[in-house]
Amino acid sequence: MGDILHSRVARSNIWGLLKLGAEVGVCGPATLMPRGIEELGVCRFRRIEEAIEWADVLNVLRLQLERMERGFIPSLREYYRVFGVTQERLERAPRQLTIMHPGPMNRGVEIDSRVADGSHSVILAQVTNGVAVRMAALYLLAGGRPELADAAKGPAGGASE
Amino acid sequence: MTRPLLLQGGRVIDPSRSLDQTMDVLIQDGKIAAVGTGLGSPDGADVRDVRGKVVAPGLLDVHVHLREPGNEDVETIASGTRAAAAGGFTAVCAMPNTDPVTDNQAAVGFIVRQAARAGLTRVYPIGAISVGQKGEQLSEFGEMVGAGAVAVSDDGKPVASSHMMRTALEYAQTFGIPVADHCEEPTLAAGGVMHEGLVATRLGLKGIPAAAEEIMVGRDILLAELTGGHVHLCHMSTRGSVELIRRAKERGVRVTAEVTPHHLTLTDLACEGYDTQAKMNPPLREAADVAALRAALKDGVIDCIASDHAPHAYDAKEAAFDDAPFGVAGLETAFGVAWTELVEGGVLTAAELIARMSTAPAAALRLPGGSLKPGAPADVVVLDVTARWTVDPVTFFSKSRNTPFAGRTLTGRAALTVVGGTVVHPGEGPSAA
Repeated sequence: MGDILHSRVARSNIWGLLKLGAEVGVCGPATLMPRGIEELGVCRFRRIEEAIEWADVLNVLRLQLERMERGFIPSLREYYRVFGVTQERLERAPRQLTIMHPGPMNRGVEIDSRVADGSHSVILAQVTNGVAVRMAALYLLAGGRPELADAAKGPAGGASE
Repeated sequence: MTRPLLLQGGRVIDPSRSLDQTMDVLIQDGKIAAVGTGLGSPDGADVRDVRGKVVAPGLLDVHVHLREPGNEDVETIASGTRAAAAGGFTAVCAMPNTDPVTDNQAAVGFIVRQAARAGLTRVYPIGAISVGQKGEQLSEFGEMVGAGAVAVSDDGKPVASSHMMRTALEYAQTFGIPVADHCEEPTLAAGGVMHEGLVATRLGLKGIPAAAEEIMVGRDILLAELTGGHVHLCHMSTRGSVELIRRAKERGVRVTAEVTPHHLTLTDLACEGYDTQAKMNPPLREAADVAALRAALKDGVIDCIASDHAPHAYDAKEAAFDDAPFGVAGLETAFGVAWTELVEGGVLTAAELIARMSTAPAAALRLPGGSLKPGAPADVVVLDVTARWTVDPVTFFSKSRNTPFAGRTLTGRAALTVVGGTVVHPGEGPSAA
């Protein structure tokens, strides 16, 4: 949901989620939608109402303020009114949606505080896990050898080889 | 509740259903109740004998300037919609080059309210593409559509920046509205006051070349193709534009186009004698352009006729050609000029003209109207297509008098205009008849 054009999150999640067998849709203003996105194997929604009706999980992307200055959208106020993930929009969904956001959030722009802090939000867990996954990825890329790390050996007396 | 209205024995032309035969039309509760032969009249109905006249969906003009807010001395929403009703129009689209510019939801809402207060022809506002029509920052399309806007345009000015045009065509897709462009390459047109050609040379006036329009037509078509957006090209005037649109439509680009009655009937020769009534933008072109525009209207390359009603104070037009403003007050002459020149002139059939002035403009901008289908809102016009009358600007309902057709004898005018079941013309007070 949101600025797909400038989002690394969208591009990496599309690859990862499709590989794991999920169906992926993207939604946002056409000014913030990269060309040919459908050819990556995702469906595209022009209106947030359609996306909410379709999805089980919404991953809401941060709208960077400079996008308005560069002329991709008229104003943050209108972005909230047209594409904001609000409680009212979610209440009209046919099922309960899980809410994600990679952070940092612009509350009142792409997402309502009530939604971000609501019972179906997994945003804090997502951010926490995101830190751990990034640490692990960087460790491996830097040549780390998990079999030598104490933490990877598990509890003392465990199954180390 | 208004009385039922029964229009008896007219030639009913409804292009939306390919209908052209003698029938009755019954209007009840603001809607078309029935179309058929020998319809009975309900109790208390207002029964009108319209034998010999054409009964059609109300005419729809997708391009007018109502000048309110900002220039109420020249036109108001009330006077402009009264002129529209007299011209047979049941709906008009108001361009946003007002003062202040119609570039936000409050301004759009003001126009909707003023039109409701006047209670005559319906007004569909068109919002500005850019804030202040400055071509710098996108206006809030979503909020304007929420307030009643049906399209966006910076009309009066071209969208000079191709990036802005691209962004507008992309952003408009969220709301399903077209982007209407006034096609004029500003650096080529700068300082021009009439068509660049032999007449301008003879008169010693600076010309606006056909290429100034065609470059932007070509650009807009390419950007519509790039983005998948819908571009509506305003007041086409050249044969080159016609060819570009024809090819674009053949390859499926989402493009629609309009042409004015004056560009279909007059050439740059009308500027002879430095007649400022013939000064308009785009300028009147050459006979070959007129012929191409007529053929394009006939075969649907150009979708519809729009008046580009542009009222100006009489004293503003009483100036040197270079100094006078561009524009024609067209609402009250549009149908007569078109019927006389195009139907009596053998270019279009009656049904084709009705289509190009009602069903087609409604389809081009995806507006309600343009149909006499039972259940549709009763926006209906009765056209007296045998009435011969002479254009006398003094009798205009418009506050302005600027027309190049003064003194012309025309055939065809609106005898009755009905909006939502209510007769809005002829009304009380002075009649132009």
